[in-house]
Amino acid sequence: MSYIAKPKVANPGLPRNELGLNRRDYEGGMSTLCAGCGHDSVTAAIVQACFELALPPQSVVKLSGIGCSSKTTAYFVAGGHGFNSVHGRMPSVATGANAANRHLRYIGVSGDGDSLSIGVGQLAHAIRRNLDIVYILENNGVYGLTKGQFSASADVGSKSKKGVANEDQPIDPVLLALALGASFVARSFSGDKEQLVPLIKAGLAHRGFAMIDVLSPCVTFNDHEGSTKSYAYVREHSEAPVAADYIAPRQEIRVQYRPGETVQVPMHDGSQVVLRKLDPGYEPTDRARAAAYVQERALRNEYVTGLIFVDETRGDFHDRQSTSEQALNAVSYERLCPGEGRLAKILQAFR
Amino acid sequence: MPERHQNAAPRLNDFTVKFANVNGSGSASANALVMKAIFRMGVPVVGKNFFPSNIQGLPTWYEIRVTREGWRARAGHVDVMVAMNAETYARDVREVAPGGCLLYDSTWPRSSLLAREDIRTFGVPFAELCNQHFEGARARTLMKNIMYAGTLAALIDLDLEVIRGLLAETFAKKPALVDSNMKAIEIGYRHAKEHFDCPLPTRIERMDATRGHVIIDGNTAAALGCVYAGATVGAWYPITPSTSLMDAFRSFCARHRTDPQTGRRDYVVVQAEDELAAIGVVIGAMWNGARAFTPTSGPGISLMQEFIGLAYYSEVPAVIFDVQRVGPSTGMPTRTQQCDLLSCAYASHGDTRHVLLFPDSPEECFTMAVQAFDLAERLQTPVFVLLDLDIGMNDWMVPDFRWDDGYRPDRGKVLSREQVEALPKFQRYMDPDGDGIPYRTLPGVSPKASYFTRGSGHNKYGTYTEDSAEYQEVLDRLARKFETAKKLVPPAVADGRGSAVAIVSIGSCDGPVREALAQLRRSGLAIDYLRVRGFPFGAEVEEFLASHPTVFVVEQNRDAQLRALLTLETGADKQKLRSILHYDGLPMAAACIVEGVNRALDRGVAA
Ligand SMILES: Cc1ncc(C[n+]2csc(CCOP(=O)(O)OP(=O)(O)O)c2C)c(N)n1
Ligand code: SF4
Ligand SMILES: [Mg+2]
Repeated sequence: MSYIAKPKVANPGLPRNELGLNRRDYEGGMSTLCAGCGHDSVTAAIVQACFELALPPQSVVKLSGIGCSSKTTAYFVAGGHGFNSVHGRMPSVATGANAANRHLRYIGVSGDGDSLSIGVGQLAHAIRRNLDIVYILENNGVYGLTKGQFSASADVGSKSKKGVANEDQPIDPVLLALALGASFVARSFSGDKEQLVPLIKAGLAHRGFAMIDVLSPCVTFNDHEGSTKSYAYVREHSEAPVAADYIAPRQEIRVQYRPGETVQVPMHDGSQVVLRKLDPGYEPTDRARAAAYVQERALRNEYVTGLIFVDETRGDFHDRQSTSEQALNAVSYERLCPGEGRLAKILQAFR
Repeated sequence: MPERHQNAAPRLNDFTVKFANVNGSGSASANALVMKAIFRMGVPVVGKNFFPSNIQGLPTWYEIRVTREGWRARAGHVDVMVAMNAETYARDVREVAPGGCLLYDSTWPRSSLLAREDIRTFGVPFAELCNQHFEGARARTLMKNIMYAGTLAALIDLDLEVIRGLLAETFAKKPALVDSNMKAIEIGYRHAKEHFDCPLPTRIERMDATRGHVIIDGNTAAALGCVYAGATVGAWYPITPSTSLMDAFRSFCARHRTDPQTGRRDYVVVQAEDELAAIGVVIGAMWNGARAFTPTSGPGISLMQEFIGLAYYSEVPAVIFDVQRVGPSTGMPTRTQQCDLLSCAYASHGDTRHVLLFPDSPEECFTMAVQAFDLAERLQTPVFVLLDLDIGMNDWMVPDFRWDDGYRPDRGKVLSREQVEALPKFQRYMDPDGDGIPYRTLPGVSPKASYFTRGSGHNKYGTYTEDSAEYQEVLDRLARKFETAKKLVPPAVADGRGSAVAIVSIGSCDGPVREALAQLRRSGLAIDYLRVRGFPFGAEVEEFLASHPTVFVVEQNRDAQLRALLTLETGADKQKLRSILHYDGLPMAAACIVEGVNRALDRGVAA
């Protein structure tokens, strides 16, 4: 098998963004995933979000681990560098990349196997560091690429294709991220573009770690009756207590929100996220209550979706490191090297 | 026990003092004070620390070899023992060479210490003197250490003014401490003068052989090299004996890389969650155009394997400092060995081979740290700098490091925006120059520069492939790139030529080998020496091996790993490579090499 290039057809009619680029300019190589795989819809949502945000394609850095989900970094924003690293270890590569240049947009794509089993340690520590990245976890409850074994997100009682029920406790990435102090935690569904696209845009606007757990069914190994990660089940059992609207910098808020029903979150880049409460009792800026809410609903077999928690005030990795504003990979060597002059003084301490 | 010079001739500037202490008791600063004083009196020194894998309470030793000839190895025997740890008295007494002497705390009389008639024993009631002159338990313990330094100063004739000067520098911000420390020194000194025949024949006499030198450990030197190389990202997971490398990098950067006004830093240090993450950070950072490194030791290298293969195959630079310690497994974390040669040379699954550098001392740690970044970026591959605990953590007297302000980092074949935009199409893994090294681009530069980095099968255009021919083409180019590396790594250095017998060695063996060579040559043996400094081996290694019928390969591991590499990677006849191995975890002394060579050649010569 070799690389399949997507034919570029000029589409003069397609809408263009501020950079004069159309949606197709944010696409990548042709997907080799199974037809109907949830991951492809997530890819489409990423393309849409980057297009709508008018990101210069080269400013996007795409990183992933290994898995069907991790392959998808090759399928969007061809103009950005991509790095398919090793299984479960993308967060460390992303940390290094971000350390070298804080001014690019980092999109990490991972799977539930990649993130919650082999890579749970790296994920946890990237969250702790509040690395500035949008971390999209394409969650299907199985290891797709190795043919359908249960992953650590499989719910108790969820059945494999052969009818065997999982008995081990699941790791919920949303609860994990909340517990570890993530500054942006969201969940969505690959089949709900309306919800997902603004979440990705908000995640990209957020400075710090933006966890987006996307329920993304595996049509080949986990879309059957008895699975809790099938299209049908997820559609039936999802509930969003808030809806997030992304408002670009300098864009007017046109919708009339009723007071008390919204929470406005000014983002770092000047944009705003307006959270509309669908459940009036929900507080998306209260970590403990958000976690309790998610847990309660889980006991009732419901996935809480939407922007579950956000805190735009926490310093990111670079704030804590006091890194210079200039990207480290662009600081001149002259500034970095103490030179011959200072060497003599340094050596003086060793006599 | 190594043989000893039996004659009790005055051992001027040529003896070893060993301090037996309790870990965590504050003895390190007293021992360093003695060593620095000798150094400042112009006499060459070697400092070796023998410490337990423990924070407080276990026995620890510090050895200072005073060597007017400037040898760099341990002597292998002890002339003056400062026995301050009652728990180890028995073995400490035994270790003193005949004709030597022992100093101990006679507050509690110890008849066992007087058992040997062939050494002189000096008892000073240190604890009692401290109780008389100092208040508080902590002060008394600390001052006891300083006090033995004072007594030793009288015995071996150290200049008290030099000691005062050192204390004044150490406690520049706390002058009261200068006085109290000096008081302890003087009490110890006076006691010795009053009770013993000072100085001993084994003593210091001023020389002028340390000017233009520093006393430094290899980890600090390597860290300084990283600063001078322009490294901006360091990632590590703490492990003895490499931790002090990152500590030093951090403190150099705090001084030299931090904006004094804003406090903003031109560097990032990531304390990773494990070594897998540490190397991942390095790979991510270097992929994105920053110079990045990780210091580690054997267990860390084991954990990094998968990522190292990724960097090799996807051609991402990385710099790894492996400060080797005794394996296998956790082994003896505070002991030295050269036991990771093979695991670094072929790290990771699949066909992988890596560039290795072998510094022999802190001086080369500094220069090779800089070279490592140049090579990693030039060759787009991981580069390992193999220190060992002896180099990394012990105190070496080395010539002042030199720096040429004309140096500019070799960033390798990285295309700029203009260059990439002038191309019809950028393709990642081509070989336009025929040296096996492709061109790369950095993220963010231009949409035309983008490519996909992957550890899965890829062709020369950088796209995914499962096509046999396309896969093989890339793998073969990587082999050609390794050939190019042979010409770029630092060449081996030779000493002597034309002899039938030779020694080939590596890294920290250099000190003992050179001392052994002098002894062997003095005893009439014509013998040459080659010190390998890099892997893959260059043509000079091949030629040296070919031109010597008998070659002793001297190294510090059980399995003759350097010899194995030489047999695998050169055309040398396996039979003629004979091993001299030292792997007890202690730094090597010359005697083991001299004996090894003499035994193998059946020479009945006493060195
Ligand atoms: C070290 C290592 N072990 C095992 C594998 C095999 N492997 C590849 S992908 C994968 C699981 C992927 O699951 P997930 O992240 O959920 O991705 P999905 O395919 O479901 O999208 C495994 C176990 C590997 N690539 N590397
Ligand atoms: S196996 Fe599952 S996860 Fe993988 S591509 Fe097919 S549907 Fe998607
Ligand atoms: Mg999965």
